[in-house]
Amino acid sequence: MNEMIFEAKDLSRSFTVGRSAFRDLANRFMGDRPPTVLRAVDNVSLTLREGETLGVVGESGCGKSTLARMIAGILPASSGERHFRGEPYDSLLARKRDALKIQMVFQDPLSSLNPRLRVGEIVGEAAVLHGLVPRSRVKEYVIEILARVGLPADSIGRYPHQFSGGQRQRVGIARSLAVKPDMLICDEAVAALDVSVQAQIINLLMDIRRDSGLAMIFISHDLSVIRHLCDRVAVMYLGRVVELAETEQLFASPAHPYTRMLLEGMPKISLERRKFMPIQGEIPSPLSPPSGCHFHPRCPIATEHCRRTRPELREIASGQVHACMNVEAL
Amino acid sequence: MTEPFFQVDDLNTWFFTRQGVIKSVRDISFDLRRGEVLGIVGESGSGKSVTGMSIMGQIDEPGRIVSGSISLDGQELTALTFEEMRRFRGRKIAMVFQNPLMTLNPLMRVRDQMYEAISEHGDVSRKEMHDRCIEVLMAVGIPSPQERLNAYPHEMSGGMRQRVVIATALLLGPDMIIADEPTTALDVTIQAQIIYHIRRQIDERGLGMIWITHDLSTLSELADRIMVMYAGAMMEIGTTEDIIGFPRHPYTRKLLSSVPSRNTPGEKLRQIPGNMPSLLSLGKGCPFASRCERATEICSEPVPATRLSATHHIWCYHPFEG
Repeated sequence: MNEMIFEAKDLSRSFTVGRSAFRDLANRFMGDRPPTVLRAVDNVSLTLREGETLGVVGESGCGKSTLARMIAGILPASSGERHFRGEPYDSLLARKRDALKIQMVFQDPLSSLNPRLRVGEIVGEAAVLHGLVPRSRVKEYVIEILARVGLPADSIGRYPHQFSGGQRQRVGIARSLAVKPDMLICDEAVAALDVSVQAQIINLLMDIRRDSGLAMIFISHDLSVIRHLCDRVAVMYLGRVVELAETEQLFASPAHPYTRMLLEGMPKISLERRKFMPIQGEIPSPLSPPSGCHFHPRCPIATEHCRRTRPELREIASGQVHACMNVEAL
Repeated sequence: MTEPFFQVDDLNTWFFTRQGVIKSVRDISFDLRRGEVLGIVGESGSGKSVTGMSIMGQIDEPGRIVSGSISLDGQELTALTFEEMRRFRGRKIAMVFQNPLMTLNPLMRVRDQMYEAISEHGDVSRKEMHDRCIEVLMAVGIPSPQERLNAYPHEMSGGMRQRVVIATALLLGPDMIIADEPTTALDVTIQAQIIYHIRRQIDERGLGMIWITHDLSTLSELADRIMVMYAGAMMEIGTTEDIIGFPRHPYTRKLLSSVPSRNTPGEKLRQIPGNMPSLLSLGKGCPFASRCERATEICSEPVPATRLSATHHIWCYHPFEG
């Protein structure tokens, strides 16, 4: 098995909500009222091996984007450890050039690409700045990267708004590749694209992975995309990982009731009319998650125990862990 | 099967921009029956949303309906004045958009917006308005509707907001609802709930519905018939079984086969080469020809409709065999 490239242990991130200068001042004079704390990511542990693709799937508010930002090193963790090739993030991120080994591709390239820079500058800037390419060679270098993502050489002089959505996502990917990363984090990178364009970008990511052996973390709400691209999948619900397994195993025998519910709700192209009554209940607010197992109010098999006790992840088959305390009893 | 109550014939909606004429919708014809969901599927720029806006009479400058007819129960909608159309909307046809925050007024309680929708179209007592609101809120599966009436839009989740919008659309008992990507922004479990309730309301109330989306999987589960659009033109129309089970148009086939769930995991997806042509520089032939493996010289000629069965029509010179 390949070497470990990334490891997260008990990673958490909280945000204080509704904090303002006024509130701080009021607290100073009127005694502290505890601020509302949102635990976006709650004790998540993950590993990623060289060349592997790990999927993270979940619905709104499950903390998958916060997790992505922490793994990318652009958001500090509240607690827990992050290691890249055995080195803690604190020391890694201090060396800017090595920090480039971790790159991120965002959902909306229009808001992550500088609208006032030409594609040549967007793609070449960081590589020149960090001395990966001499300034005299940057043009050829950028054209080479653009060719890899399927963009013509004359894109170099154009601005982001002059491209279609799919082409812009190619620019975003080119920018990440230009600094020769070893790990790529894609946060809903194909979510905003049309079906046929989505297929083109997914194929591009698969080509890049094959050619360069990149390790990838692929964050998505779309199970069919995750199933297609990933070796292993982590399922998140309200900040916690509720199940983690190899992709095939997860889709063949999902263990956690939430995973089962997600798989059932997954839209399929078929001629069978949906007959069943869909799962009841809303996703609770992450501001006040339910006690015990976060999923218990929507869970068909929840017991009193689930309301009180926080479940731990347990291994049920090789490589398959889940956080349901009840499912085997049935 | 009942007779269609709603018909669109040879609709053309064009936008006259400084760069040239953008022919967003070209020669679109279809009909709709009571209790039926017609799905319009297409990618960005296919003209699916402009079709919906044309029916609602909401095409603004520099665009206009150049030719064609839209009729509901024999009444011609394209001939209505602005004021007549305003009264028509809501009462006869309601529309639901992707983003409920665009539809809901952030400063008004749900009750006040729903009451406003009723009182705009007639004099109704508060008691009756209240009862009607509760009835439609329950119909879309909103728990404790009484409390929701007091809430502001920001106090509700995205799924709840969209239910309120759909409930408001049902409020005046319209004949048909046009929904443009109504569940696209919602999580899958919430999406499944909303689709379940909508299907029930369509059946119970005998509504006609046009469901505009890029998502074939939602349509395969919800729609009775599906119309496939590409670059402003109709490619194929038929029952859901015709389109999903036995697609004949090369574009429909390509679209269906590029979806991840129709490919082997880990292998490259079957993709459609190239991009959609610019709507500014369309020829008179099939707009898909430049990306189509089956295209020949004749495809640059205007494409007539071919009738494959009573329900299944296609616009293609080289369709796949059935």
